[in-house]
Amino acid sequence: MSHARKERWTAFLILLPSIILLGIFVYGFIAWTMRVSLSKWDGITPDYTWVGFENFHRLFSKDIGGVAAIRFRIDLWNTFFFTVLFLLACVGVGMLLAILLDQRIRGEGVFRTVYLFPMSLSFVVTGVVWQWIFSPGTASRPRGVNALLGMMGLEQLQWRWFTSTESIGPFHLALIPVIVAAAWQMTGYTMAMYLAGLRGIPEELREAARVDGATETQVYRRIIMPMLRPITLSALIVLGHISLKIFDLIYTMTGKGPGFVTDVPGIFMFETTFQGNHYAQGAAISIVMLLMVALVVVPYLVTSMRGEVER
Amino acid sequence: MSARRSFDPMRLGIYLLLILFAMLFLVPVYVMLVSSFKPFAEVQDLSRMWLPPKAPTLESFQAAWFGVPEKGLRGLSLNIFNSLKLTIPATIISSLLGSMNGYILSKWKFRGADLIFALMLFGMFIPYQSILIPLTRVIATIGLGGTIWGLILVHVVYGIPITTLIFRNYYAEVPTEMIEAARIDGAGIFKVYWKVLFPLSMPGFVVVIIWQFTSIWNEFLFAVTILQRPELQPITVALRNLAGSQIKEWNLVMAGTLIAAMPTLIIYIILGRYFIRGLLAGSVKG
Repeated sequence: MSHARKERWTAFLILLPSIILLGIFVYGFIAWTMRVSLSKWDGITPDYTWVGFENFHRLFSKDIGGVAAIRFRIDLWNTFFFTVLFLLACVGVGMLLAILLDQRIRGEGVFRTVYLFPMSLSFVVTGVVWQWIFSPGTASRPRGVNALLGMMGLEQLQWRWFTSTESIGPFHLALIPVIVAAAWQMTGYTMAMYLAGLRGIPEELREAARVDGATETQVYRRIIMPMLRPITLSALIVLGHISLKIFDLIYTMTGKGPGFVTDVPGIFMFETTFQGNHYAQGAAISIVMLLMVALVVVPYLVTSMRGEVER
Repeated sequence: MSARRSFDPMRLGIYLLLILFAMLFLVPVYVMLVSSFKPFAEVQDLSRMWLPPKAPTLESFQAAWFGVPEKGLRGLSLNIFNSLKLTIPATIISSLLGSMNGYILSKWKFRGADLIFALMLFGMFIPYQSILIPLTRVIATIGLGGTIWGLILVHVVYGIPITTLIFRNYYAEVPTEMIEAARIDGAGIFKVYWKVLFPLSMPGFVVVIIWQFTSIWNEFLFAVTILQRPELQPITVALRNLAGSQIKEWNLVMAGTLIAAMPTLIIYIILGRYFIRGLLAGSVKG
């Protein structure tokens, strides 16, 4: 074997343990979960009897699945509204804060630290704290934000927060406090990304536009915003996939809620599998989650990789 | 923009907005602090929830840390040590693996290396629910069920994609000429790593170690499914149990959240610069 070839083999061998581990723990286990989702396994002991897509039918058809189908339908709507509003909040506020911080601000470092520190916390910590803040208490003994509203004489604004069963169409208002908590935690991330992007735009470019008579607003709308578009895309994908698989935060903050008002597939899967021992059903839920995430992430990975090869 | 020193209402507005947002972001911190420094009797008085404690006391922290045996309350100190026992080895092992992988994938690309890298990366995006059933089975079968070592293995494996990604991007910046030069001097694949790359790797390791430490410390789903025994549980699981118990002593719970948050918060405040670099690296291209 030639020297170069031998070294190429060595390179591959160094990677091999990781390839094997991820091959088993990611791809092998996904295949295994798919197999479970097509089985009859319902109880502590595994039962791999083939039942086709029955577990999926139970999730999507009320006639077959009953409560499971009703719950899953609510979960998908909750995921949809949670994702849309959470992304809007993170991108909107994150971009606003980044633009504000880009105006040669005294004490920029302090502001940045304050906006970003929630990122370093666990979703569990966030969930517990915001549960205390938004827990409604009772009408005679209001708690959290309700207590604060009472102190300010704004009793008419008190409501049941994440325990509320009110909804506008399929949108459960109980999700709002959860979205606030999630956005509180992740807005710093988009801010940091946009700020890094803004710092990457050469000052000469802005200067040139100003010389040409562009107002500050025009500089932002015509030059800076379009340059930030790739960042928005990355942020949407990173945050979007987090929100599609969200579990810890909602599980600690509210759980599934009354009438599943704050339920999501992550919680449904966890309870079905590890508390109810309905393994096949749980596996089916997780495969739907995987497909949703893959739909967002795979195109992104493919285009990133392509772009890199072309570079 | 030249230095305009005169009063500018626009700039005043910007500062006011920034301060307003800063205050909103700090609301949970305020609530944690005022609640945890109150005794139980005072925290029960909900009309005072938003007011500072009359006489600040450390008794909630003491009770949360050491536990209250007569109430059947276990101290969180135990769980903090469990988290350390879990997080430190898992962080070190996954960082070293990521460094070697990143080295190969940036400087020794063989045919198909980019495809392997993309397939590895996918592992950091999947919802872990979709591997959890086989995972618990396999961990139990190889005799690591319900042990901290089982959880360490899990964090090492699922940490490989992100650590590899950060190191690959980091090493891509190292000029290839440096490696060529070492190779002309007869250095092989390991020697190049050890003599050229590794000495340059410290900032990369800081970023990766902070990232891994924070994510493993904060993780919940793997911990709650793999470690059932209360005396082995890491801090996130213990905190959730504390907050989910029937008799909620919110002063204690808030002291608990501060204890759980402290390690990663301190790292963030001291080494925030590196934390942000890890954060930005997570968006694939870095």
